[in-house]
Amino acid sequence: MNRLARMATARRNPGRWHWTDIAAYAYLGLGVVLMFGPVLWLGLSSFKTQAGLLEFPPSLLPMSQKEVRVEGHAQPLPLFEVTMEDGSKRVLAQVRRIGIQAQMIDPANPGQSIRVPIDKRTPVREFKLATENYTEPLERFAFTRFLWNSVFVTAVATLITLVINSMAAYALSIYEFRGKTAVMLMVIGTLMIPITIILVPVYLVITKLGLVNSLWAVILPGAATPTGVFLLRQYMLTLPRDLIEAARMDKASEWQIYWRIVMPLAMPALAVLAIFSIMWRWNEFLWPLAVLTKTEAYTLQIGLNAFQGELQTQWHYLLAMTVVTLLPVALVFVFLQRFITTGIANTGMK
Amino acid sequence: MAGLSLSGVRKAYGATTVLHGIDLDVTDGEFVVFVGPSGCGKSTLLRSIAGLETITGGSIAIDGADVTGLPASERGLAMVFQSYALYPHMSVYANMAFALENMGFKRDEIDRRVKRAAGMLRLTDYLERKPKALSGGQRQRVAIGRAIVRDPKIFLFDEPLSNLDAELRVATRKELAALHAEIGGTMIYVTHDQVEAMTLAHRIVVLHGGKIEQVGTPLELYNRPDNLFVAGFIGSPRMNLLPGKVIRPGTVAIGAAGHEVGCQTGSLAAGAAVTLGIRPEHLALAAQDGGVPLAIELVERLGGESYLYGASPGLPQVTLRLDGQSEHQRGASVALAFPQQHLHLFDDAGKAVRV
Amino acid sequence: MASDAPIPAAQPDRARAASLFAAPLAMLMRLIDWPMQALQRLIGERRMAYVFLLPNLVFFSLFVFLPLIINFIFSVTGGAGLFPSERPYVGAQQYAYLFDCGSFLDPSSCREDHFWRGVSNTARFTVFQVTAMVLFSLLTAVVLNMKIRARGFFRAVYFFPVLLSPVVVALTWKWILQRDGLLNAAITSLGGERILFLVDPSWAMFWIVFVSIWAHMGFYTLILLAGLQAIPADLYEAAEMDATPRWRTFWRITLPLLWPNMIVVIVLALIRGVQTFDEVFVLTGGGPGTATLMVVHYIYETAFANQVQNFGLAAAASVVLGVVLFALTLAQLAASRRKGAA
Repeated sequence: MNRLARMATARRNPGRWHWTDIAAYAYLGLGVVLMFGPVLWLGLSSFKTQAGLLEFPPSLLPMSQKEVRVEGHAQPLPLFEVTMEDGSKRVLAQVRRIGIQAQMIDPANPGQSIRVPIDKRTPVREFKLATENYTEPLERFAFTRFLWNSVFVTAVATLITLVINSMAAYALSIYEFRGKTAVMLMVIGTLMIPITIILVPVYLVITKLGLVNSLWAVILPGAATPTGVFLLRQYMLTLPRDLIEAARMDKASEWQIYWRIVMPLAMPALAVLAIFSIMWRWNEFLWPLAVLTKTEAYTLQIGLNAFQGELQTQWHYLLAMTVVTLLPVALVFVFLQRFITTGIANTGMK
Repeated sequence: MAGLSLSGVRKAYGATTVLHGIDLDVTDGEFVVFVGPSGCGKSTLLRSIAGLETITGGSIAIDGADVTGLPASERGLAMVFQSYALYPHMSVYANMAFALENMGFKRDEIDRRVKRAAGMLRLTDYLERKPKALSGGQRQRVAIGRAIVRDPKIFLFDEPLSNLDAELRVATRKELAALHAEIGGTMIYVTHDQVEAMTLAHRIVVLHGGKIEQVGTPLELYNRPDNLFVAGFIGSPRMNLLPGKVIRPGTVAIGAAGHEVGCQTGSLAAGAAVTLGIRPEHLALAAQDGGVPLAIELVERLGGESYLYGASPGLPQVTLRLDGQSEHQRGASVALAFPQQHLHLFDDAGKAVRV
Repeated sequence: MASDAPIPAAQPDRARAASLFAAPLAMLMRLIDWPMQALQRLIGERRMAYVFLLPNLVFFSLFVFLPLIINFIFSVTGGAGLFPSERPYVGAQQYAYLFDCGSFLDPSSCREDHFWRGVSNTARFTVFQVTAMVLFSLLTAVVLNMKIRARGFFRAVYFFPVLLSPVVVALTWKWILQRDGLLNAAITSLGGERILFLVDPSWAMFWIVFVSIWAHMGFYTLILLAGLQAIPADLYEAAEMDATPRWRTFWRITLPLLWPNMIVVIVLALIRGVQTFDEVFVLTGGGPGTATLMVVHYIYETAFANQVQNFGLAAAASVVLGVVLFALTLAQLAASRRKGAA
């Protein structure tokens, strides 16, 4: 106990507590609640039954009313704890409710019917995870399809991005050639042009290519990322020129130098770009929203958005599918947190 | 194995010219060292030979065939880089095999060659290691091994020892000399270290400001420097270069007191400004009243030899080497004698005055 | 030879497990190498750069440069056709329509009032959001840079929403903010009245600002934190030796040295703020009414979601947005150049 207290109060720099230290920990504590809280709440809610979600005020954990099967009744009956007139408490099953009275029976003695005012009874509840929130939409609705679409888009787009960006970065970092400055300017120029301002004409190009409602419509436009070219080029510039020249002396072709020398050495930068590309593609919204109009081509994000429009009330499915959408990113984060944060700190990209 | 011939090789980056027309012939099997201070163009020259730099003018021929327009990969040369340039993601074996794979050799031939080179360079036990798990000396040997396996027309070395510590440098230098004796081959070696140049080279090429100052065997350069630059560059500590004036044929006056030194002055007229050169080991002590007086400012005793540094009015600092452990003390004064057979005389353009 | 002493052998290659995947890949690359070598012999090694650039440039041209030109063409043509050949030239008519306003301060006086609502909402949103974003990310970065325990954990706490998709973020908060949501439960349990957060216009604006800060603050915090950590510790030690009060250290040492990063954060937040769409679209759908309708949302609706798709007007609005972004990006380049010089 003592050790625990010491650990809790210890600071890296032993010394007296300054008020700013207390304020700092208070702020961080608040941060934990505010940042983690909503997602935690989403997770808990996603396991509540439809009825559980309608409760107000909501319960913290996914609880649902206990039910019993009683002979002579086709449906399971909900269990209540009832305060009897004499002040004693009994657990009874409710058969039906008539106005402010409820007709109840004792499950152990189903023959006898008891009338109870409804304000004298409270539901008996148990902890129960409504896993059907997850299984049903994946079976009954197209969410499996959406999931697959998202996975396909993310994987293929990331692969293409890595290959063509690294080739361009290789050209821009290793060679001196006529027009290099012009190409660099073009890349910088591209950096300034987000999809938001060329939405319509890109749609036209995709239409011309006959790709509307195809997943390739989502994959192709964003495959050549200027950010990726920059990141990789910056990294490749740090590779010793001697290695390239040594490879030339070793009679390697330029393609071999790219593939067997530069790519393996640029692995750290490629990994960073891969992670970013995965996040971009998994989370992408506006462009797929514009170009995908058929349900079977929806990605998870678009499907989720459409689902909330159509089924405003079916929060139990919506929350569960939100968690499914969030899960891969959460896993990436848990395993690669340090990697991502240093990547962002070093490149300032997102 | 092959000879190399450079004629009028020029290299310019925009307005700055780094090589001003280099002419040089290297014969088959020769060990040639390019030496010079940093920025003299020696590395650029080597890289031009390698094909890593395109030259602005002139031509390069290997074995009589013009290779000026060929890229590095098609010249058939091997190079050992200053940084070794070992592929960090490949094992020692893969590093050495890489070029052979590119050349399309059969697997067993590659294996044979790599094993042989590894045996020669004492790398057999390290073939599976990555470069970063090797010591500096081992990496150096891998870099050399990578060149050897290819059996190239010419070996190029770009300051290969400069990343080693002093002790290892001496050891590796000796190994290199032994290696050349063993495998022969034309080698071109760039260094700024004149000791490497003196010990390794058949011929030394002294470069300065993008021009060749002198080409010759190490002792030729030491004994008969063509000009002030070579005189000052070759030899350590460097030659004393003392400004003076010819007062009459056969006599040069130096210092504020105009001390007269007997010297072959060739065709120089009286009154010509000259530089008198003499190596520290050739200066001698004279009887107190007979020589140039020198006030000793510093004495370094290295055990086997001693160096005296001193000042004399009107002269730059003079260095004098004495055998054994000198008894002289700082502040004392000695007189210097200039043995005529060891004197070098340079005219005011810096050219050696030959008789 | 002290430095020549053997170093323990490297661990056996981990690559063996990956060789299943690597072998066909190597095969493929050798197949590509064959035509590539032929090409290299033909055009020379230096010009191979163009070959390597080609795929990326094809993508850039097809999906950035070409669209940029088409966008302009769209904005000066009318009609409902998608292909430029089907669209009659109308000159600056789309722009004139867009800018036909009684007073630019009052969106309802404009012909295209939704556009101007979008402009005004986006402007307000951006101002609030950037101000609050800079303040909170600075505060968080400073706190995270203090000598605290479990710094990695806390940094992760503030950072993780950055990775969440806008749809997930919006749905998470929508769930909390809805009529019977967690927040209203808390309010009623404290004796308050339920508030319809996403139905009341000013609350809706507050919450989209709040949610976007919640989602993106971690990113800006990281940039500032990197800046803070780049400040040499000995400056602080020197300040401590001089008995400088903490606030003064912050004001006179931290803030000036952090300024380049601050500028980057401000401009980046501006650029992103002006383009805000995703979270707002899912959270409020631009409502109530048009209270949270953003410019990008307007463009999307005009081009794709409305009954009559008006590509010309959407393109004209895109060009206007593009000009604003261009100005902001120039500001960013200028700022980052100053950062490089510092």
